[in-house]
Amino acid sequence: MTEQSQSNNRMVIKLVAIVIGMFGFGFALVPLYDVFCDITGINGKTNPYAATYDVNTDVDTSREITVEFITRNQSGMPWDFEARTHRIKVHPGELKTVEFYVRNPTGRDIIGQAIPSVSPGTAALYLNKTECFCFEQQPLKAGAEALMPMQFYVDPQLPEDIKVFTLSYTLYDVTGTSTVAMNRG
Amino acid sequence: MGKGVLTAICATLASSVAVAERSDINLRQGVTDISEQVYGLHMTIFYICVVIGVVVFGAMLYAMIFHRKSKGAKPANFHESVKVEVAWTIVPFLILVGMAIPAAKTLIAMEDTSEADVTVLVTGSQWKWHYKYMDHDVDFYSLMATQPEQIANKFDKGENYLLEVDRPLVIPTGQKVRFLITSDDVIHSWWVPDFAVKKDANPGFINEAWTKVNEPGIYRGQCAELCGKDHGFMPVVVIAKEPAEYQRWLAEEEAKQLKAKEEEQKLLAMNMEMDELMDVGKQVYQSACAACHMPNGEGLPGVFPALKGSDIAINDMQKHIDIVVNGVSGTSMQAFGKQLSLKELAAVITYERNAWGNNTGETVQAKDVNALITGN
Amino acid sequence: MSSVADDLHHDEHHDHKPAGIMRWLLTTNHKDIGTLYLWFAFIMFLVGGAMAMVIRAELFQPGLQIVEPNFFNQMTTVHGLIMVFGAVMPAFTGLANWMVPLMIGAPDMALPRMNNWSFWILPGAFLILLASLFLEGGGPNFGWTFYAPLSTTYSNDSTALFVFSVHIMGISSIMGAINVIVTIFNMRAPGMTWMKMPMFVWTWLITAFLLIAVMPVLAGAVTMVLTDKYFGTSFFDAAGGGDPVLFQHIFWFFGHPEVYIMILPAFGIISHIVPTFSRKKLFGYSSMVYATASIALLSFIVWAHHMFTTGMPLFAEMFFMFATMLISVPTGVKVFNWVATMWRGSISYEMPMMFALAFIVLFTIGGFSGLMLAITPVDFQYHDTYFVVAHFHYVLVTGAVFSIMAAVYYWLPKWCGKMYDQTLAQWHFWCSLISVNLLFFPMHFVGLAGMPRRIPDYALQFADFNKWISIGGFAFGLSQLIFLALIIKASRKIGEPATAQVWDGAEGLEWEVPSPAPYHTFETPPEVK
Repeated sequence: MTEQSQSNNRMVIKLVAIVIGMFGFGFALVPLYDVFCDITGINGKTNPYAATYDVNTDVDTSREITVEFITRNQSGMPWDFEARTHRIKVHPGELKTVEFYVRNPTGRDIIGQAIPSVSPGTAALYLNKTECFCFEQQPLKAGAEALMPMQFYVDPQLPEDIKVFTLSYTLYDVTGTSTVAMNRG
Repeated sequence: MGKGVLTAICATLASSVAVAERSDINLRQGVTDISEQVYGLHMTIFYICVVIGVVVFGAMLYAMIFHRKSKGAKPANFHESVKVEVAWTIVPFLILVGMAIPAAKTLIAMEDTSEADVTVLVTGSQWKWHYKYMDHDVDFYSLMATQPEQIANKFDKGENYLLEVDRPLVIPTGQKVRFLITSDDVIHSWWVPDFAVKKDANPGFINEAWTKVNEPGIYRGQCAELCGKDHGFMPVVVIAKEPAEYQRWLAEEEAKQLKAKEEEQKLLAMNMEMDELMDVGKQVYQSACAACHMPNGEGLPGVFPALKGSDIAINDMQKHIDIVVNGVSGTSMQAFGKQLSLKELAAVITYERNAWGNNTGETVQAKDVNALITGN
Repeated sequence: MSSVADDLHHDEHHDHKPAGIMRWLLTTNHKDIGTLYLWFAFIMFLVGGAMAMVIRAELFQPGLQIVEPNFFNQMTTVHGLIMVFGAVMPAFTGLANWMVPLMIGAPDMALPRMNNWSFWILPGAFLILLASLFLEGGGPNFGWTFYAPLSTTYSNDSTALFVFSVHIMGISSIMGAINVIVTIFNMRAPGMTWMKMPMFVWTWLITAFLLIAVMPVLAGAVTMVLTDKYFGTSFFDAAGGGDPVLFQHIFWFFGHPEVYIMILPAFGIISHIVPTFSRKKLFGYSSMVYATASIALLSFIVWAHHMFTTGMPLFAEMFFMFATMLISVPTGVKVFNWVATMWRGSISYEMPMMFALAFIVLFTIGGFSGLMLAITPVDFQYHDTYFVVAHFHYVLVTGAVFSIMAAVYYWLPKWCGKMYDQTLAQWHFWCSLISVNLLFFPMHFVGLAGMPRRIPDYALQFADFNKWISIGGFAFGLSQLIFLALIIKASRKIGEPATAQVWDGAEGLEWEVPSPAPYHTFETPPEVK
C-alpha cells in the first residue's frame, strides 16, 4: 500500500462515518422534534402524561380564559363522540373537569385512541391535564357507551395575549394495532 | 429633450401602476386590511428588486457594450477591492433590514386570532371541504359544482369553471371570523386569495387563521396543497354578507337542518321503490363516489377498487353498508355516514348493488342503514 | 478497502482499453465515467423533458384532454424526481469527474473502482422508478416532495419501488461525493494550495460536503415513509402519536441544502467562463470562496421557509424569514463579483459566454423571486402557486441547466478535440433563450393571479397564459434536439480542430493538456507556481 492510498482509505472511513452519523441524525430528528415541540409548543401537542395539581396553586381570578372543545372522528371510526361541554371559562390555576360522551353503535368491540391538538400551539405548554382519557387507549364493547372525564387546569404563566384556545380531540380506531385487552372496558 | 425623458418616465410609471393593478397578472389587493397590507409588501419588495435589477443589469450591459474586445477594449488588471466588496455586502444587508421590519409587523397582525366574533371549523377531506359553525347547529359539506361534462369538454365551460361549489361558506362582513382548520385524511390547504389566508389542514392537528372582510361579495379560492387525484377540483367559495343578512341566513339554515333530521326519522317507517332508489342513487353516486370508483364502477386498478362485479357489492350487504357508512381505516375510503342522509345512503348502496350488471335485485332501505348506524 | 489501493495502479498497467460495451461497463477512467454521467444526464433530461411535454400538453387549454388526473400527478412527480436526481445532479457529477482531476493536476479520481460503481447503479435506480409507472395503479403520484400521509397511508404499492430507487440514487450520490472530497484533499498537484484551487473545484468540494450531510437524511426520510406504510410505525401518523408536519421538517432539512447542491457547482462554472471571455482575472476570488461556504452553512437553517403555511408559531416564522433573507447577501456578492469581473475587461461572445450571461441575468431573476418568497406574510399568497414554479424553474433551468450547457460548450473542445458547430450553437442558444422565457416568465403572472401548482385543469382566467406557456415549453423541448445534434457531431470528431488552450483567455491546468485530452493525463504531477 502506498502512502497515498492509505491516506485515501483513512479519509473514506471518516467520510463514511459522517454519512452513517447523518443517517442516524435523520432518525434523531424524530425525538428531537418532540423535545423541541415540548419546549416551544410548535405543533400544539399536549403532554401525554398526567400533571399533578398542587392545591396551593394561586388562582388568578383577574383573568378569564375561554377553552373550547372540539371532537372529531377519523374516517372509519364509527363511535359517537362528543364533548358535553363545548366551551368553558376558567381562571388560570383553577381545576376544572369536563366530560366527553362516547358510544360504540356497532356490533363489534373497538378500541379507540383520542389524539389531542391545541391551537394556538403555544397554549399547549400551559394546559395541564391531571386526568385524561387521551392518556390511554379506550376499549368499548359493542353497543356500550361511556362518559370520559378530562380534568385540567391552565397554568397561571399563560401569556397575557392568549385569551381563547381550542382543544381538539380526534378519535382513531386502533383496534388492529392495539395492545390493550378488550376486557378492560 | 430633458422634458421628453421626464414625460416618458412618468408615462412608464403611470402605465406600470395600471399594469400592477391588473388581477390577471398580479396579486390582488383583496378585501381585508391584511390582504391590502400583504399587497403593499409585495409591491414594495417587487420595486426594490426592480431597482436592484436595473442597477446590476445596467452595469452589466454597459460592460457588455463598451468593454467589448471587438471595440478594442484592453483588459484592466484589478481583481479585488476590499472597500467595494464590503460595501456590496453591507448595503444589501441594510436593504434587507428595511424590508424585514414592515414584513414582521404584518406577520404579527396575521397571527393574532384572539377575540373572534364567529368561529368556523374547516375540515378538508379528499376532495371536499366541510364547514361547521361552532356556536350553531349548522354544518355542511361543500363540493365542486362544475359539471363533469364541462371538464370533459362536452359542454361549454361556465364563467366560474372549477371555482364553483354546491354550498358556499357564508360569513359576516365587518366581523372577525376565525377559522379552525384540520383534515380527515391527507394534508390540504385552505386558500382564499382575496383574504390573504392560506393555511394547511393537517390530519390530527388544528391550525388557526382569521379574516375580517370589508366588502360583501363572493370570494373564490382553491385547495393549495397536493392532496391526491382530484386536488385540482376542490374549490373554496366564501360569501360575505352584511351581519343582519348573515344572521337571517344562519337562522334559516339552522331550521332547515333541524327539519331535515326530523324528516329522516319519518323515513324509517317507509319503504322506497327500486326506481326511486336508483334515480337518487345515481345522482349521489356521481357526486360522492364517481371521483374514485369512476362513473362506470370500474375504479382505477391498483388505486381505487372496482365496484362492478365486486364480491361485497354483490353478496355481502351488511359489509357493503358498513363500508359506505363507516369508511375503511387507513385507506382513501371515507365514512359517508355523516356526509349523506339516510335516504341518500340507502339509495346509493342500492344503486351500487344494481348498476353496471351488479343485478342483485335487492333494495336497501333507510331503516337498514339506520340499523347499522345505531346498532339496533 | 484493499481494492482502493489496487485501483490506484490499475490504469497504469493497462494502457489499452477493452473494446465495445465492456470498456464502458468496467471502466475506472475518470474521463470515461465523466462521459457516461454526462450522457446519462442528457438522456434523463430528455426523458424528464418528455414528461414535462405531457404536462404542458394537458395544460394547453382548460378541461381534461389528454391524461387522467392520476396520471398527471405521476408525471409531475416523476418529472421532478428525474430532473433533480437524474439530470442536474449526474450532470454536475459528470463534470466533476471530467474536470476536477484535470483542474487539480491529478491522474484520476482517488477511488476509481468506487467511481465505476457509483455510476453504474444509477441507471438501475431510474429503470426501477420508470418501471413503476407501468404497474397497475401507476407510479408515485404524490409529488417529488412525497408529503406524508399522501405518500404513506394514501399511496399505492409503487411506493416501495420509489423508496428503493431513491435509496440507490442516494447511495450513488454519496459515493460520488466521497470520491470528490478524497480526490480534492489528497490528489492536488504540488503547490496547489487551498486558496489557489479553481472555483469549480471549490464549489464542488463544498457541494460534496453538503451531499454527504443531507443525502443520508433523505434516506432516513424515505425509510420512515416505507416503515410507516408497510411496517406499522407511526412517524407521520397522528393516530400513533406521530406528526405529518415532522415529515416536512425532515424532508426540507434535506431539501433546502439539496437546492444548493444543484446551484453551487453552477456558480463555479460561471466563475471560470466569465473571466475567460472577459480576459481578466475573477474579481474577488476569496470573497467568492467565503460566499459559497456561507451559502452552504446558511442552507442548514432555512428549511422551514418551505413550510410557512403549515401553522408554525410566530417566532419560528420570523426566524426562518430572516435567515432566508440573509442568503441573498452572499448570493448577491457572487453576482456583483461576476459583473465586476466583466467591468473593463475585453469581452468576446463565444457560446459559453452567451450561456453564462444568460445565466447571470435569469438566475438573478430567480433570486429576486426567491427573496420575495422569503417574506412570510406574502409567501402565504405565493406558496404552492405557479409563482413558486416560476421561481424554481428560473433557478434550476435557466440557472443550473444553463450553467451545465455553458460548461459543455466551454469544455467540449477539450473533451472531443473539435470545436462545436457554430451555426447549431447559435440556433440552440437563441431558441432556448427565447422559449425558456416564454415558458417560465408568464408562470409568475398566473401564479400571482392565483393558479395553484400541481393541478391538471384550471379556471378560465388562466387559459391565455397557459397556452403561451405550453408553446414555450414545446419550443424549449425541441430546441434541446439541436443541442443533441451538436454534441453528436462533436463527439464523432466532426468540426474544426481545437488547440490545447482552446480559448485565448483560458487559464488553468486543464488547458495545458492537449485537445482532445489524452486517456491518461498528469501521470507525473505538474508543478503549480
